Amino acid sequence: MPTRARCFLNVQPTLPVPDLPPAFTAWFDGKGWAPRQHQLALLARADAKRDTLLIAPTGAGKTLAGFLPSLVDLAGRKTVRRTNRPGGLHTLYISPLKALAVDVARNLTTPAEEMGLPIRIETRTGDTPAARRQRQKRNPPDILLTTPEQLALLLSHVDADRMFGGVKRVIFDELHALVTSKRGDLLALGLARLRKHAPDLVTTGLSATVADPDALAGWLAPQNTENSDRADIVTVAGGAQPDISILESEERLPWAGHMARYAFPQVLEAIAAHGTTLVFVNTRAQAELVFRELWAINEDSLPIALHHGSLDVGQRRKVEEAMAKNALRAVVATSTLDLGIDWGDVDLVVHVGAPKGASRLAQRIGRSNHRMDEPSKAILVPANRFEVLECRAALNANYDRAQDTPPIRDGALDVLAQHVLGMACSDAFAVDDLYDEVRSAYPYRLLTAESFDRVVQFVATGGYALKTYERYARIRQRKDGLWRVANPDVAQQYRLNVGTIIEMPVLTVRLVSAKQAAQRSSNALRGGRILGQVEEYFLETLVPGDSFLFGGEVVKFEGIREQDALVSRTESGEPKIPSYAGGKFPLSTYLADEVRRMLSSPDSWDDLPTQVGDWLRMQRDKSALPGRDGLLVETFPRGNRHYMICYPFEGRLAHQTLGMLLTRRMERARAKPLGFVATDYALGVWGLADFGRKISDGSMPLDELFAQSMLGDDLEEWMGESYLLKRTFRACALISGLIERRHPGQEKSGRQMTVSSDLIYDVLRQHEPDHILMQSTWADAASGLLDIARIGSMLARIEDRITHQRLERISPLAVPIMLEIGKEPVFGEARDQVLEDAESLIEEAMVGSTTPSK
Amino acid sequence: MSAWLSQSVSARDEETSAPICLVGEAMVADKCGALYWPDESMLVVADLHLEKGSSFARFRNHLPPYDTAATLRQLSLLMDTYQPKRVIALGDSVHDRSAWERFSDTDRATLSDLCNRVDDWIWIAGNHDPEPPVGVPGRSAQELAIGSLVFRHEPGGDLTNGQAEVAGHLHPAARVIGKGGSARRPAFAHDGQRLILPAFGAYAGGLCLSAEPFRALFKKSAMRASVCGRTRMFTVPGNRILGWR
Repeated sequence: MPTRARCFLNVQPTLPVPDLPPAFTAWFDGKGWAPRQHQLALLARADAKRDTLLIAPTGAGKTLAGFLPSLVDLAGRKTVRRTNRPGGLHTLYISPLKALAVDVARNLTTPAEEMGLPIRIETRTGDTPAARRQRQKRNPPDILLTTPEQLALLLSHVDADRMFGGVKRVIFDELHALVTSKRGDLLALGLARLRKHAPDLVTTGLSATVADPDALAGWLAPQNTENSDRADIVTVAGGAQPDISILESEERLPWAGHMARYAFPQVLEAIAAHGTTLVFVNTRAQAELVFRELWAINEDSLPIALHHGSLDVGQRRKVEEAMAKNALRAVVATSTLDLGIDWGDVDLVVHVGAPKGASRLAQRIGRSNHRMDEPSKAILVPANRFEVLECRAALNANYDRAQDTPPIRDGALDVLAQHVLGMACSDAFAVDDLYDEVRSAYPYRLLTAESFDRVVQFVATGGYALKTYERYARIRQRKDGLWRVANPDVAQQYRLNVGTIIEMPVLTVRLVSAKQAAQRSSNALRGGRILGQVEEYFLETLVPGDSFLFGGEVVKFEGIREQDALVSRTESGEPKIPSYAGGKFPLSTYLADEVRRMLSSPDSWDDLPTQVGDWLRMQRDKSALPGRDGLLVETFPRGNRHYMICYPFEGRLAHQTLGMLLTRRMERARAKPLGFVATDYALGVWGLADFGRKISDGSMPLDELFAQSMLGDDLEEWMGESYLLKRTFRACALISGLIERRHPGQEKSGRQMTVSSDLIYDVLRQHEPDHILMQSTWADAASGLLDIARIGSMLARIEDRITHQRLERISPLAVPIMLEIGKEPVFGEARDQVLEDAESLIEEAMVGSTTPSK
Repeated sequence: MSAWLSQSVSARDEETSAPICLVGEAMVADKCGALYWPDESMLVVADLHLEKGSSFARFRNHLPPYDTAATLRQLSLLMDTYQPKRVIALGDSVHDRSAWERFSDTDRATLSDLCNRVDDWIWIAGNHDPEPPVGVPGRSAQELAIGSLVFRHEPGGDLTNGQAEVAGHLHPAARVIGKGGSARRPAFAHDGQRLILPAFGAYAGGLCLSAEPFRALFKKSAMRASVCGRTRMFTVPGNRILGWR
């Protein structure tokens, strides 16, 4: 459940605030500043050696608050330093992003220099040159800023104890973003190990507002020990209520799509009326399009830049620098900007498209206004009618300061396997000691000894009790009972495979002419413009001739040649693969519930734009409204097909899985389904049999079609074929070290040396379905690409609450998803045809209505 | 629960195998990746790669060691179905020379039982197993000619007039059109003169028919792939296979 954040500084218990050293007071005075209350509160907490979680909005001076105790401590240490050997590593700072670590180092070095503190501050990332890494190990800086992967690597070295033995403080930045992934699991295990090297270390977590601060506070403290298992919480809520509005337009609100093209002139006006604007979008495709369209109408040539993850790094740095210098009026950006890089003053945030989550929106809006006592200003731009509802729900949530960040999951077993191997590389361990250490990490606090033993056995020999495997163990028990890595090669192998981020193999998308493609000769298919890159797994779902959406264009897949995917422009064809360009984040359960509530309470429609209100009233008249807890299922014929549309509002990933399972069941009911399409809000299935009749005459009863048993045998059966599940398994196999990552240059030999994870999956599923990697795969599937947990709770919610509307024709609410079948943004030749199709759909839905909303 | 929910879409029997004609001989390709020759009551499997999982242990890579059991179970089911009098293993029956020593007692007993269920079991030599097997029944051969068919491990060897070749070694797989997208599945590649079986082993993997080695072996237009779907066989012409020239 969402919680309300407190709107004032909340510190329990209060502690005496220590005096700042003279250099610090002089520095604050020189700037005309005073230390903020929460900065002093953190100083007091560090003085009392208490782990602390600081929850504060952007612009509250979080970073300085986090580092102030270290700077004060190090300032006092400087006299000792001259006489002794180097003081060693004092403070470790961990950030989810390399760029953030580099940025914070810069922002920290300046005040340290201004105060005349002789403190060495350095970063260590994947880009750090080998020579400097070596030096950092021999002679560590006072403050080291790094990433979770680098920490894991450092902890696996034999001299980790020497390097980390003197650490006093560990600062975790953007903790809310780190803890919900496997990276967070790895980091939590790393923290447990750091505590072993430096038992007195004190943690500080810096976080945006979250739904469950207590869990984060637990993450920062050791679990299952005699010490306190919860960090103190210091909360600074944003002072002023943000000024958020939903863009109102005279233009016709689109029925579908994610591009909000109708609103671009108004967005440009807003940019012109403000100093600096951040334009947030959900996907790279949206970023490209919004950027292009804004420039197309940018007659005053306002400096507007583009920033997203697949752009060249040099290009991104340039944009960041220009932004910091206030040289830009606007940046169009994807989530690469979500985290706290200092961007100078931002006066306005424009959010194009669905917010997806209340907390996510709040964090993005927090980007505007670095003076936290003034209200942030934001404009939400819904791209279609459903998004209007979602924006309104998010706005209400923001007003209530409701939070819907995901919970911290139980620690993953594949990550644990990786960590156990790393620890064996560093030093010999006793199973009981390492188990206690691992259980002190919050995500693993409930780990059973049995599971831990299985993981250790898996790391050692796979856990199959085979002599041939024991001879070649990776870790081995010595005579003294301690486990140690068996061979230096194993440590080398570990270091090449460390980390939890699995990058999918990508192919370059290259455009060839349809004529060349028709000739199908290998010479003719060379050359052609590069459109970008696409993940290999996506292409594997296509056959030549299929059309799909790429970079805003519908292209026809011609085939794969070496590392290139060849495509040609196409004029026709329904891209039958469900939205590749869609947002990655599913709609949060909180917002989904809020949207269903609004739909089911007509009183709230007055707050909505007239067009949307009319649309919903018409839906009520012509079909029915989805209830807050139930499920509306509509069936209708159109053309030579029959359609079934249902509205679960559970997000695209869950709907895709639901679509796979439903169509299997419908096939067995001889309803002859042909395909389905999933959006964040609805699921549409089409086929040859009369779905409506089959439901009405009892040959395909809805309560059985949507029964919870769907997640039993059907899921089990589908698991064997699901490439999504195999992809999930592959990630677990890579993280756990069962198969090795492909590294550049060794692809050829590597491919011959590995067994495909798909084949291993098939064999394991039959012969050891409770293998720890299968457990790990299931745990991931529940919340990841398949979102099975969400389907489970939805099926339970709608039981006995399914409403069937057997319609003569398409309903108003069904128009958006029906348009998705023809695909969202279409450019080039196919556009007119799709628009025509859209027109006829809307007319059909609204036929006979007195208030046409066009 | 209604009847329709509990009944599964059972694949029709005739679809779990596909006919293949080789110089006039009628053969049957089973979706499990084996070839059956009814006139000779003979079952052919290629590239079992038994104990491939355990061979990786030498590199401290501990793959789940169930591949031998999985492969033998599949073979046993096929022998139940076709009741052959003779079985030919077309080479690379084990993954490495010391594999026979690594067999678990259970797997060794299972394999011996299988061998003893037929009148004649022939181990054709492959590049992974050039030596005859140790401690299991059956006879060994470099290659074997039966009627106008020559059975050998590596395709592309000598043939006299009117002969055709049945081989393994390359592990053919095809990426073809399926419902809702493409699928890459093991396949029998054949053109009336030559037939290459897919690898039968659970960990054996596949090589796409678009790969270089296949080009010289088949007549471009005559090549057909009998593709092992999950529920049935599909026989498709070369022009529907991704990357076939």
